[in-house]
Amino acid sequence: MMDDEQELTCQELVELVTEYLEGTLSPEDRVRFEAHLVTCPGCRTYLEQMRQTIELLGRITEEMIPERAKAELLHAFRTWKRG
Amino acid sequence: MAGSAPLDPSSPAASEDDRRLVEALRAGDEGAFTELLERYHTALVRLAMIYVADRAVAEEVAQETWLGVLQGIDRFEGRASLKTWIFHILLNCARTRRHREARSIPFSAFWNPASEPDEPAVEPERFLPGDHPTWPHHWNAFPEPWSGLEDRLVARETYTYIRQVIEALPLHQREVITLRDIEGWTPSEVCAALGVSEANQRVLLHRARSRVRRALEQYLREQ
Ligand SMILES: [Zn+2]
Repeated sequence: MMDDEQELTCQELVELVTEYLEGTLSPEDRVRFEAHLVTCPGCRTYLEQMRQTIELLGRITEEMIPERAKAELLHAFRTWKRG
Repeated sequence: MAGSAPLDPSSPAASEDDRRLVEALRAGDEGAFTELLERYHTALVRLAMIYVADRAVAEEVAQETWLGVLQGIDRFEGRASLKTWIFHILLNCARTRRHREARSIPFSAFWNPASEPDEPAVEPERFLPGDHPTWPHHWNAFPEPWSGLEDRLVARETYTYIRQVIEALPLHQREVITLRDIEGWTPSEVCAALGVSEANQRVLLHRARSRVRRALEQYLREQ
């Protein structure tokens, strides 16, 4: 039996996910976190969903600067240069 | 206008590339200005939209920012990166605009996440009660893996939905998740731009990401 004091619950783990991904957990907490993952499919899915969420956010499409805005700003630039 | 609040000295300093662009800009090189516009303009507009709901107003704020950049370029000292400096000007412009139109609460040294209501990452009813004989505080039903997500995600509706979720987040959460996860900034860049501590930045990021995950879970279940 593992010491109950040492074992993370699922409800605790979900609150540590960001610190885990940011690499800011203490070495001891990191070990407890990963030990829980090994035995818990639910938390493995949860962590994967957080990773998918972050990846999705990073793919919100890059747009191009509208030509009209660019033209206006370049005009402002030329005015500034002369001033 | 530019630099009314001091920049965090711990933020990354200007790179070689930054210095090249600044020198070119000071010399009136239009190519350097175009390069900056193409690199940052759309991100400036997206960030401005955190503060002003209207896209046209956000465009104005971005344009105002560029004028601020030109007016202030001679004073750029390179202690922060050029990107941090430009976005710092944007934040000042956007917050000023927001103040004019509505009330906003900028970060203060005294902002403390503990002063806000507790916000669990996952609804408490998803877990077994604390007096459960074998599995206290463990999942009562495992989350369902998001299979086939790739196919779903190519759909524009999913992105539109996520944008709506982000727009509905509390202001500080929206600021942090936009910069970190959409714009890809580093934690120290975000802390420098928003004037928030690393620890508080993480709390806000955690709450924001957790909310987006919950919303996505619900969205995918309903499809
Ligand atoms: Zn678990």
